[in-house]
Amino acid sequence: MRRLAEVLPPTRVLAGPAQLAAYESDGLTAFRTAPLAVAVPETQAEVIKLVRLCHEEKIPFVARGSGTSLSGGSTPVSGGLVITLNRLNRILRIDPAQRVAVVEPGVINTAVTLAVAAYGLHYAPDPSSQSICTIGGNVAFNSGGAHCLKYGMTSNHVLGLKAVLATGEVVEFGSASREQLGPDWCGLFVGNEGLFGIALEVTLQLLPRAEVFHTVLAGYRTLEQAGDAVSAIIASGLLPGAIEIMDALALEAASAAVHAEYPPGCEAVLIVELEGPREVVAAQRPQLDALIAASGPVEARPARDATERAAIWKGRKSAFSAVGRLSPDFIVQDGVVPRRRLGEALRRIAEMSRAAGIRCANVFHAGDGNLHPLILYNGIEPGALERAEVLAGKILHMCVEMGGSITGEHGVGLEKRDYLATMFNADELDCLHRLRDAFDPLGLANPGKMFPNGTAPSLAQHGLHPLEKAGLISRE
Amino acid sequence: MNAPLKPSSLAELAAAVRSAPRVLAIGAGTKSRLCAIATDVTLISTLGLSGITEYQPDEFTFTALAGTPLREIAATLVDRGQYLPFDPFLIDAGATLGGTLAAGLSGPGRFRFGGLRDFILGVRFVDGTGRLLRLGGKVVKNAAGFDVPKFLVGSLGRFGVFGELTFKVFPSPAATLTMRLPVADANVATQILTAAAGARWEIDALDFLPTADAIALRLAGPAAALPLLATEILTRFPGEILSAASADALWADLRELRWTFSDGPLLKLALTPSQLPALAANVRNHAGKLHVTAGGNAALVSLPAPIVSLGLPALTLRGPGPLWLDAPAAPAIVAAVKTALDPQNRFPSLAA
Ligand SMILES: Cc1cc2nc3c(=O)[nH]c(=O)nc-3n(C[C@H](O)[C@H](O)[C@H](O)COP(=O)(O)OP(=O)(O)OC[C@H]3O[C@@H](n4cnc5c(N)ncnc54)[C@H](O)[C@@H]3O)c2cc1C
Ligand SMILES: Cc1cc2nc3c(=O)[nH]c(=O)nc-3n(C[C@H](O)[C@H](O)[C@H](O)COP(=O)(O)OP(=O)(O)OC[C@H]3O[C@@H](n4cnc5c(N)ncnc54)[C@H](O)[C@@H]3O)c2cc1C
Repeated sequence: MRRLAEVLPPTRVLAGPAQLAAYESDGLTAFRTAPLAVAVPETQAEVIKLVRLCHEEKIPFVARGSGTSLSGGSTPVSGGLVITLNRLNRILRIDPAQRVAVVEPGVINTAVTLAVAAYGLHYAPDPSSQSICTIGGNVAFNSGGAHCLKYGMTSNHVLGLKAVLATGEVVEFGSASREQLGPDWCGLFVGNEGLFGIALEVTLQLLPRAEVFHTVLAGYRTLEQAGDAVSAIIASGLLPGAIEIMDALALEAASAAVHAEYPPGCEAVLIVELEGPREVVAAQRPQLDALIAASGPVEARPARDATERAAIWKGRKSAFSAVGRLSPDFIVQDGVVPRRRLGEALRRIAEMSRAAGIRCANVFHAGDGNLHPLILYNGIEPGALERAEVLAGKILHMCVEMGGSITGEHGVGLEKRDYLATMFNADELDCLHRLRDAFDPLGLANPGKMFPNGTAPSLAQHGLHPLEKAGLISRE
Repeated sequence: MNAPLKPSSLAELAAAVRSAPRVLAIGAGTKSRLCAIATDVTLISTLGLSGITEYQPDEFTFTALAGTPLREIAATLVDRGQYLPFDPFLIDAGATLGGTLAAGLSGPGRFRFGGLRDFILGVRFVDGTGRLLRLGGKVVKNAAGFDVPKFLVGSLGRFGVFGELTFKVFPSPAATLTMRLPVADANVATQILTAAAGARWEIDALDFLPTADAIALRLAGPAAALPLLATEILTRFPGEILSAASADALWADLRELRWTFSDGPLLKLALTPSQLPALAANVRNHAGKLHVTAGGNAALVSLPAPIVSLGLPALTLRGPGPLWLDAPAAPAIVAAVKTALDPQNRFPSLAA
């Protein structure tokens, strides 16, 4: 604490219980730990000094953006320092001609697109927490969004970065070029879940904003039919920007929450969006409309204008938090299955949830096979959380067994670290450990996350994030 | 130099790595400088590890052994209306999937959706301790564990030997249309590259040609839309639409590096469009030729003889000369990660 005072003025070191309370947890609200202190640096130089101090004094530290991690990634470590990066929120450079932006890690995701919109550009990755989460958090988790199938995740849009590693070494990976020579260091750093060090500066690729959209909402009697429609679209050679599905329970919640009207009697709603130059969308539109008409929907509604498109997306994006209103608590998972097995996965989830007597709503990125089952339970009912966790674990095992993954975009964090070993064998885990040790030999950066056999108890996310309760963000 | 080992299974590949103190994997020999190495190194050819092991068109994914020729993969995909969006070089020359990933070579079509790094999903590889490891995944989206598959793009066989790779693919566009836009010099070329890249047209490929007198701009998408887009583009930048046959010939010549000197170094560079005019001048001063691709973000340079500097970091793919030109000093983390994956330095160093 004394040495902290040499780095930061007292107003920017938070140590009182009331001050620390706000930092005790993240989007995984079930778990709370009070850190030793919270450091609030304002410059890159201060962050570097803090990390070097932690290294010299062997103090664990956790980088923190907006604390919206759904897997406990930014949960503090007891006896450790939280380094909060919200004040490193400068957009350092925008180069419209070469379509790149250089930003500090505390910049909010949507702030990038806002800053470059005047040039007809945008930053593609769009997690539904994008109005609040930071680029630093996105980089740490390789966050995704509704448009991953066509445009990829955060990693596909990070060209370069500057970081202070846990050893105190300051490195620059990549550049402003879209090409690289030698191994992809930037690619290795993105998705490290805060275990390698702290990103100080990130060079992002920007894309021209799509000129027009064609967004269709189609309701189906059964989930199977909606799934078949997805397969038909994929087989057709079209490459939509987004393909999303909501099930009956999610629809019920969304229509109550945002007064969206969905085709009646539907077990599933499919949302498909084409985007691009007007000539291209005009040519592909009849093809998509014909495919959907042939897939036997109860009703198909193309958005006629920007307002209708926004309404479709509002219903979709609010569905997740709307489900939260059906139940006092819920667990959210984000496992991935091969797309062709989506129907089977959903059937098995329904069976498992029926057998457990637990309701489960589904809202998911159908184009990527990325599920988001929401397992509803009541936390004050004895044993309810444990039963919900058992179901969540079964769903994760099913994803791995089907050849998929335990996480598509939320990261392993604290929550799923005990499941990492279902995907990787002992040699593979050892390889990941060695990489971690190369970046952080003392194990000080975000310890207890990602890897099994950590010290903290296993956990689950339940309930809405405080910011969702306040209506500030919603999730997919 | 001894005859290379030629494993025919993944278990044999791991055994081959363990069998010698110093080894390097080689593919089809299309990027010879990357494999030219001290004589005490045992070469491991991947040509016995060939074939597509899994292809799921409805998943947009395939898995293939590292020695599989790109030619075979491209042909298999085309039958199902799909393609490799990273648009690899040297398909006809017999380049392998593993060698392409290790060399980090993405072609002109990467302009639209990205290069190898954006399409690699998973890898089974043998690390320097001889263990066969599978990292990444087989589905299009996966955030579990560190992204080792991405790291291995461009790793030049120096961090592990690939056995099997999983990639994401996309549906082929229904049609393509190529325009040739003449330019007076590299300055004008740079202006057109940046203006076109930022426009609404969703360009598929955008290259400054080795003839140094024109830009090639390729559109890809529904057949009905392309002539409409081309008309607009040609009112902004004067030029002509190429016939399908001349367009195919132009891209095939670039893909197979037919424009290069038959000996002399072939270099790869990463750049930004604003660095292009200076690079072009430098290449001209050395009587060399230059193919700029990815809208001014990557370049291949062919020179009649080795030189010491082009003013930007460069990697030698073929021909004589040092492996690296103007390489920046490696930070300490490079050695630490090398030790993590290859503790006994069984693979050559990245510097050699
Ligand atoms: C309502 C809601 C909706 C969501 N929707 C999505 C979605 O659609 N897609 C998706 O992928 N995720 C989603 N998330 C999850 C979450 O928003 C993302 O993981 C986001 O990237 C976290 O950003 P953050 O700034 O809040 O980071 P934090 O939660 O503060 O931190 C996340 C991790 O990043 C590390 N970290 C933060 N900054 C840095 C830095 N500068 N350098 C190194 N490490 C750092 C932390 O240590 C931690 O491990 C959602 C979350 C909520 C609450
Ligand atoms: C009998 C024999 C004698 C030779 N003598 C010479 C000689 O005297 N001088 C000389 O310069 N060359 C020599 N070579 C090398 C040869 O000319 C080619 O360079 C060689 O076949 C390499 O192919 P390639 O890897 O470049 O192809 P590519 O497949 O293009 O490989 C490019 C890069 O990828 C790496 N790579 C390839 N496959 C894998 C994989 N599965 N996993 C990890 N990394 C991989 C390589 O190490 C290399 O860095 C000899 C080769 C043989 C078989």
